[in-house]
Amino acid sequence: MSMLVPFGPQHPVLPEPLQLRLELDDEKVVSAIPVVGYVHRGLEKLAEQKDFIQDTYLIERVCGICSFQHSMAYSMGVEEIMNIEVPERANYLRVIWAELHRMHSHLLALGLLADAFGFENLFYTIWKVREEIMDAMEATTGARVMLGACCIGGVRKDINAEQAKFVLEKLANFEKDFKRPAEVILGDYSVKERLCGVGIIDGKKAYELGTVGPALRGSGVAKDHRMTGYAAYGKLGFEPVVENDCDCYARTKVRVRELYQSCELVKAALAALPEGELKTPFKGNPLGEAAVRVEQPRGEVLYYLRGNGTDKLDRLRIRTPTFANIAPLLNMLVGCGLPDVAVIILSIDPCISCTER
Amino acid sequence: MRLFSIFKDILGNLVKGPVTRNYPAEVRDPFPGERGKLVIDEKSCIFCGMCAKKCPANALTVTRQPKEWKFERFRCIICGACVEACPKKCLSMVPRLAEEPKAEAKAKEKAE
Ligand code: SF4
Ligand code: SF4
Repeated sequence: MSMLVPFGPQHPVLPEPLQLRLELDDEKVVSAIPVVGYVHRGLEKLAEQKDFIQDTYLIERVCGICSFQHSMAYSMGVEEIMNIEVPERANYLRVIWAELHRMHSHLLALGLLADAFGFENLFYTIWKVREEIMDAMEATTGARVMLGACCIGGVRKDINAEQAKFVLEKLANFEKDFKRPAEVILGDYSVKERLCGVGIIDGKKAYELGTVGPALRGSGVAKDHRMTGYAAYGKLGFEPVVENDCDCYARTKVRVRELYQSCELVKAALAALPEGELKTPFKGNPLGEAAVRVEQPRGEVLYYLRGNGTDKLDRLRIRTPTFANIAPLLNMLVGCGLPDVAVIILSIDPCISCTER
Repeated sequence: MRLFSIFKDILGNLVKGPVTRNYPAEVRDPFPGERGKLVIDEKSCIFCGMCAKKCPANALTVTRQPKEWKFERFRCIICGACVEACPKKCLSMVPRLAEEPKAEAKAKEKAE
């Protein structure tokens, strides 16, 4: 006989409210029904009421983790509608902040995952390392998460030689300090016991269900929007990180490897940072529509914008990576045991506030 | 297969002392350019209203008659758009939202 168990919206492992109604047969999950909508803020509607320049700051607040990449995606959309050419230096700076954001987000996700399977010490250790990245962001932009650094036509802040040196120092600290927690999360028996062979979704199924980000790359599909070379990624020689095991361990491994990759990308971008303007001035209002994709820490985000020639947008639509990953998550949950549910949810690194906007 | 591999770190942590600062007795200096709060030099303000027009959070209201510049601090998202927009450069960002408890005063209190 099966029974229905509500998982969430208030659950110790969930940082944000998401409910999964689990249909259980004894301790095995037969099916899961998601319930979202607890933290809907109406940001898309609000964006239609503010002018499109103010929206840059509003859109940044869609997500409290990868905020810079949201404002970057939005700015890229308006730039596409208005045919604004972004200066080369601004493109490199965007890559630097986007990758710093990816690093802090992946560290946050790894820490929360450790917390989900009850490894508190690892959680603290990883979050301690994360502070290095937060410092790098604060020193370059004046804020820890809401950088406010991206604007339409370029960037608002610059990185001077001294700040660049500071960022490199912090990255060196990260590499040194992250070595031990990385060894533990990838090598320790107790961690492997919780992650290996759990939450399996094969590459074909993952692709069909529209999985994005590390969840897709952990199933052996080499899809990463940075491969298209937007901003300055095309010039930095980007290769996606792929793992083939299709389980929670593979997704964790993708994140750990992407951390080092992002670190290298920031270093390369700092070394190749060209001189020049920070932003292109523009006049007028957006008229027309655009759809833009950007690779965020959790996967690909889709922005659709439609301007009507006034300073207010007609429509703004955001499809966040977590939303795309909910269907694959339900697929992963089928057949797993109740104790693994938390680990599987955290393995897709859900961000609920940005899903519900 | 490695078991209990975190133990090395735990033992290290036991002898190393805390990694956090002894806040509030010990406060880190703010980074240059940190956005803490908005301040205005009202003497040079010409009440043009540019700042209020640019503010994404509707935190500012400026009226010409009577000459008034009003700021709702709790609406402000500390973005700095108004600072960039002001033609008279009378707005600025200072680090730290609130006064930090003075480190020396605390230390002195302890010593007494
Ligand atoms: S800092 Fe931003 S939110 Fe605050 S008053 Fe200025 S423009 Fe408005
Ligand atoms: S933009 Fe500057 S000068 Fe104009 S009202 Fe605001 S603070 Fe005063």
